Amino acid sequence: MNQFLVFVKKEWLHIWRDRRTLFILIWMPVVQILLYGFALTNEVKNSRIAIFDQSRDLSTQAISEKLAASRYFNLIKNVYSYKEIEATFRQGKIRLAVVFPNNFRNDLLHTNHAQIQLIADASDPNTANTLTNYASSIINDYQQSLTQNEELPYTIKTQVRMLYNPELKGAYNFVPGVMALVLMLVCAMMTSISIVREKEIGTMEVILVSPLKPFRIIIAKTIPYLIVSLLNIATILLLSVFVLDVPIVGSLLLLIGESILFTITALSLGILISNAAKTQQTAQFTSMMSLFLPTLLFSGFLFPVENMPIPLQVISNIVPAKWYYIIVKSVMIKGLGFSAIWKETLILVGMTAVLLGISIKNFKIRLS
Amino acid sequence: MQSIVVENIIKTYRTKKSVVEALNGISFSVNKGEIFGMIGPDGAGKTSLFRILTTLLLADSGKAYVDGFDVVKDYTAIRNCVGYMPGKFSLYQDLSVQENLSFFATIFNTTIEKNYDLIKDIYIQIEPFKDRRAGQLSGGMKQKLALCCALIHKPSVLFLDEPTTGVDAVSRKEFWEMLHRLKLQGITILVSTPYMDEAGLCDKVALIQKGKILSVNSPEGIAADFTKPLWAVRAVEMFPLMKAIKQDPMVESCYPFGQFHHVVFKSAENAKEKLEQIQKNGKYTQFEAHAIKPNIEDCFMALMQE
Amino acid sequence: MVQNNKVITAKELTKKFGAFTAVDKISFEVQKGEIFGFLGANGAGKTTAMRMLCGLSLPSSGEATVAGYDVYKENELIKKNIGYMSQKFSLYEDLTIKENIRFYAGIYGLSDEKIKEKTELLVKELHLEGEEKTLVRALPLGWKQKLAFSIAIVHDPAIVFLDEPTGGVDPITRREFWTLIYEAAERGITIFVTTHYMDEAEYCNRVSIMVDGRIDALDSPANLMKTYSAGSMDEVFLQLARKASRSE
Repeated sequence: MNQFLVFVKKEWLHIWRDRRTLFILIWMPVVQILLYGFALTNEVKNSRIAIFDQSRDLSTQAISEKLAASRYFNLIKNVYSYKEIEATFRQGKIRLAVVFPNNFRNDLLHTNHAQIQLIADASDPNTANTLTNYASSIINDYQQSLTQNEELPYTIKTQVRMLYNPELKGAYNFVPGVMALVLMLVCAMMTSISIVREKEIGTMEVILVSPLKPFRIIIAKTIPYLIVSLLNIATILLLSVFVLDVPIVGSLLLLIGESILFTITALSLGILISNAAKTQQTAQFTSMMSLFLPTLLFSGFLFPVENMPIPLQVISNIVPAKWYYIIVKSVMIKGLGFSAIWKETLILVGMTAVLLGISIKNFKIRLS
Repeated sequence: MQSIVVENIIKTYRTKKSVVEALNGISFSVNKGEIFGMIGPDGAGKTSLFRILTTLLLADSGKAYVDGFDVVKDYTAIRNCVGYMPGKFSLYQDLSVQENLSFFATIFNTTIEKNYDLIKDIYIQIEPFKDRRAGQLSGGMKQKLALCCALIHKPSVLFLDEPTTGVDAVSRKEFWEMLHRLKLQGITILVSTPYMDEAGLCDKVALIQKGKILSVNSPEGIAADFTKPLWAVRAVEMFPLMKAIKQDPMVESCYPFGQFHHVVFKSAENAKEKLEQIQKNGKYTQFEAHAIKPNIEDCFMALMQE
Repeated sequence: MVQNNKVITAKELTKKFGAFTAVDKISFEVQKGEIFGFLGANGAGKTTAMRMLCGLSLPSSGEATVAGYDVYKENELIKKNIGYMSQKFSLYEDLTIKENIRFYAGIYGLSDEKIKEKTELLVKELHLEGEEKTLVRALPLGWKQKLAFSIAIVHDPAIVFLDEPTGGVDPITRREFWTLIYEAAERGITIFVTTHYMDEAEYCNRVSIMVDGRIDALDSPANLMKTYSAGSMDEVFLQLARKASRSE
């Protein structure tokens, strides 16, 4: 028994003395609970909506106020034409538009029937569903409050139109997300591991003491992963189109161009990590924590960014995948052109330039 | 011309918890075409020195020149003309012998054929395995391959950091024979090793311990510097004998050296009588004692204690 | 329980892995208090043979006893009565000196008072007073080796197996280590050591040299040097090793 206890005590000492692992074991669950409990949620709050009120009567105003007052919605704009609605959707400014027809109150009071149209951005079908349900229930409330004192029930019918993704296919949302994840994984993590592996097995020493310029070593390391990434993108797109029935509505060339840009962003992140990491394990761990996980959580395909607390929204801005995801959704699902995504592209280009600059400058031409 | 010149190199490693003085003011020089050995145990500073000379590490202070080039300012020139074999096996385990060789030949802007004469003697021994993955070679074969890759571009200076560690005795011997043949081609070779007996195979050696050089000389010169009287003593009862000898005030040190104990006396007078006295005072069988000349290890240990 | 003072007996001990015979019918005996050197090139079968003697691997055929216990039927008893030290691993770097002693002594079933007694003794012998709470990681290599050896014999085993115990330390430290070994042998602990430092082979009372799975030589270093007309054990070894067909 004593033997057994002495062994248990030893194991405890090992855990206690490995500060880094201890930190992870104790803090990770805390961080995860807080994150999932408060920050990352599928619950929708403060979603941006627009209202196209063609009637402007007491009823429409009453309903509009109820919608605006709800914590689920954030009324950002009143629009005055269908064209404006489309433009606002294209710019990605709203998730839902509510359209009141002419003579709404008249129709309601005299015929006991009226219609409201709800247009939702279904490139994220889950959110679209949730939003239309919330809106419908608010409208239902109003309907009930009217009917209360009357004998004949009032019915307000909501007509729902799902933009971009009428069949509400989940694939429309996760294909862009998966593309971002795969590129991050292949380019960033694998590149960083590959460079660090040379350091670990000692061959880096030998090739540094040679005429080979360090710059060329980096480029040579990244090229195979660039090619593999392009193959991956091709495969994903082929499978999406032919097996999942997700169309590429916009320009394929633009999509590929943006993907190459993002690949380079990911590659420079990989190089940056490899400069600092001394072992493959560290490289892998750092890649996971600082690239893969943020991409998963903050790019927006699992959890809508607008639903996060402001500080997390700010953090999501520095996650390159977030911008790539918007770009891919806009081009592939919404069929938009460069004019709609030039800002996001510029941001990615900026990030890439900075990252590439830093990582190349920091590349160690000597062992430290 | 001097192939390697080292002037007062200092290198300290600082971490949050400790300060390690790896090199504490090292100075020496190596002539062209010499086999120069750095002899010392682990932690003596050998690898740090090698990394500084091959421009992989910056010293805290001091200067060093390889083939006339400054290791800090002219590092590109040095990287073009030296061959380096680091301590661990540092070739690509998942590439074949042939693939490793052509890789290194190409990054040195040369071909295997161009300098084949240089590596021929060594390469013939591994040629039967040329399609085998480097990771599947025996220790001795790996070492030969690594040497070929370091020589492929006909370097003027060859740096070999502990090339014989972990290698079987037969391969070790063959390796040194190869080095002597390379020396004939005019290549300067700086070798480090923890094996004291290999010192005798070098033209000149530097004995290094804890970041300091204890002595730089030819092996014969180092032995000549050892002036104290040295005796080899044995009996069947080795341990009691050693205890008895150590207790004597005239004895400077007594260390086991395998079949004999090596005893260093403080002065030559009466050493023989002293030993006879010790023999009489104890019960020893097959007692033997005779004066001997010091080997490198005796010298190293004496210098360590100064 | 050692009979007739023979701490190890081996008769035609063999280990096969499929068609490959790693250890080929080796026979030898080791006496109590002997320092026995077990030499051979890498791949000659040394490590496999040692594993069988330590009770870590069952032989394919042949007989052997260690500390009086049979390697087939009583290998748990063997493990209790031997010590083991290897260069590759011996002590936990992230535990202190005291904790390492406590752990290993505890594993061998020493009582708490005995452990306390042994700890004090060990610390005094190795001149480590005041350093009991130092992490092993912070010790220089030479101290680690000496500590590892002392801990390997903390339970006063009949025999201690040393697998390439010294490596890379300065010559003085190496000899201090061998002095510890001499002391242990004097106390009656049999030492079974493998090493590739041929000069260390000369410290042993007797030496066996394995080539291609067989024992090709077994005698005192002095006799071997005479038989092979060699000036050192190094030369003896080279003569035998060059005949080998197996390499690592």
